[in-house]
Amino acid sequence: MNPRIRFALQLSFTLLVCLFMIIPIAMSVMAGLTENYFVGLKSGLTLRWVIEVWQLYSDTIWLSIKLALACLVITILIGVPAAYGLLRSRRRWANAIEELLLLPVAVPGLATALALLLAYGSYREFRGSWLFILVGHVLFTLPFMVRAVLSVMQTARLPLLEEAAASLGANFRQRFFTVVVPNCLSGILAGALMVVTLSIGEFNITWMLHTPLTKTLPVGLADSYASMRLEVGSAYTLIFLVMIVPLLVAIQWAGRLSSPRR
Amino acid sequence: MTAISKQPLGAAYSATQAISQTPKRKNLIAVFALAPALAVFFAFWLLPFSRLILMGAEADRSSGISAYLTILTHRQYLISLVTTVTISITVSLAAVGIAGIAGFFLARHRFIGKSTLVAILTFPLAFPGVVVGFLVIMLGGRQGALAQLSLWLFDERWMFAYSLAGLFIGYLYFSIPRVITTVMAACENLDRSLEEAARSLGANSWQVTKDVIVPGIAPALLSTGAICFATSMGAFGTAFTLGTRLSILPLNIYGEFTNYANFAMAAALSVVLGLITWVALSLARKLAGGNVGAPV
Repeated sequence: MNPRIRFALQLSFTLLVCLFMIIPIAMSVMAGLTENYFVGLKSGLTLRWVIEVWQLYSDTIWLSIKLALACLVITILIGVPAAYGLLRSRRRWANAIEELLLLPVAVPGLATALALLLAYGSYREFRGSWLFILVGHVLFTLPFMVRAVLSVMQTARLPLLEEAAASLGANFRQRFFTVVVPNCLSGILAGALMVVTLSIGEFNITWMLHTPLTKTLPVGLADSYASMRLEVGSAYTLIFLVMIVPLLVAIQWAGRLSSPRR
Repeated sequence: MTAISKQPLGAAYSATQAISQTPKRKNLIAVFALAPALAVFFAFWLLPFSRLILMGAEADRSSGISAYLTILTHRQYLISLVTTVTISITVSLAAVGIAGIAGFFLARHRFIGKSTLVAILTFPLAFPGVVVGFLVIMLGGRQGALAQLSLWLFDERWMFAYSLAGLFIGYLYFSIPRVITTVMAACENLDRSLEEAARSLGANSWQVTKDVIVPGIAPALLSTGAICFATSMGAFGTAFTLGTRLSILPLNIYGEFTNYANFAMAAALSVVLGLITWVALSLARKLAGGNVGAPV
């Protein structure tokens, strides 16, 4: 086959796949901004639905942001030391522990949530607070932080740098905070972006753990899809996209930043 | 510290010893560093999940026998298990085929606007299942793209969103980005001299594709296929948005738990589902060497 024709065929196939991915997003964005979707664009563009969503659901957005930031703090506090611990452990042990920490990702969120509910659901105060959801999010995002930090630690030749610092008289704490942490900042950044993105979008665990007073953004989305008109659901989705797309761009950018070193 | 700085040589010696410490000391640091993460994991995942496994062995509400046995002996659960597995396998195959071609094309050619196409094809990776479900409604619901098109062409309203076909489209939607990213990375690592060698031996482009390229990226294809399978098996959000009447495992679990308060059954089904996805993802990681399947 002529290479040019082959190129054209493959390009059009790829474009078709792109259309499949982008058409529903474009339709949803449009529906969120038109006065009446059933009439179509001629009914006029409006921000009415976005404002309505903000009035109805702004607390879900704030809760999601709060959860994502709390989740980020915890995963950094326990994930960075954990990555360091894996680096310093024997390979066999490190593999086994990593495998364990991955379990909450490997098992569907529904199962994790059910296990949490059946074990801790009877502690009323805990069950009703946003901390219950936070526990689920931490379990689910921790492996991503550990993985991102560990992969940078492995390429940064940390043992060598640490040895140099130790030979200059630095004790363990000094070494950890002035050598280890600064050298894996790019990994922490990549992990942090991943954790925030995943936490904001998490639904499977959160839906089971939420209460009417602790609704997150995706829970609110499901709620609006089921009970509101199409324009409201679309406007809500639009707000979600506006929140998540900058994070995704940042993830790609961070990936490019650290990839030449790999 | 001051004493050490007076004798730099001795300091260097003792410090090097401190870092290439005795194995015991080294292990102690590792254990302390890992302790908080492991404590959270044991208290909030391993312990609850172990209880879930035990709970699944308790008597099911309707049949009175162990819930694990009930899954194996009752048509209703077997059918939903088979349906879920079948649709997940079909989606994985379709996604690997479709996104494999597109990903290979994108990895091998440079043209204006390529980065935009890559962005369009990979960003939906982070959409939660509920949003994907809603996007399927946008395509195939009552007011969806297909309905509008068919209304205009044939004066009929065609819909597929609230059926297994809608589920298939939704699963395909979140599987394609996963495959694209993996295939593009795998193609970049492919040794191009093998292709040139095959060509110089007279192979045409179809033979090169079949005998050199596909075998070369086969581990990546298998691994990403396994990830798509596992994600589809557990995709609760998408199915939940498209309708709770479909008989697939995640919706069964949800129904048993919330509608019937049949905790033993919900636990048993979750454990079975978790076992299937865990095996699939372990296989994927063994093949690819360390790719955490991004979840839905």
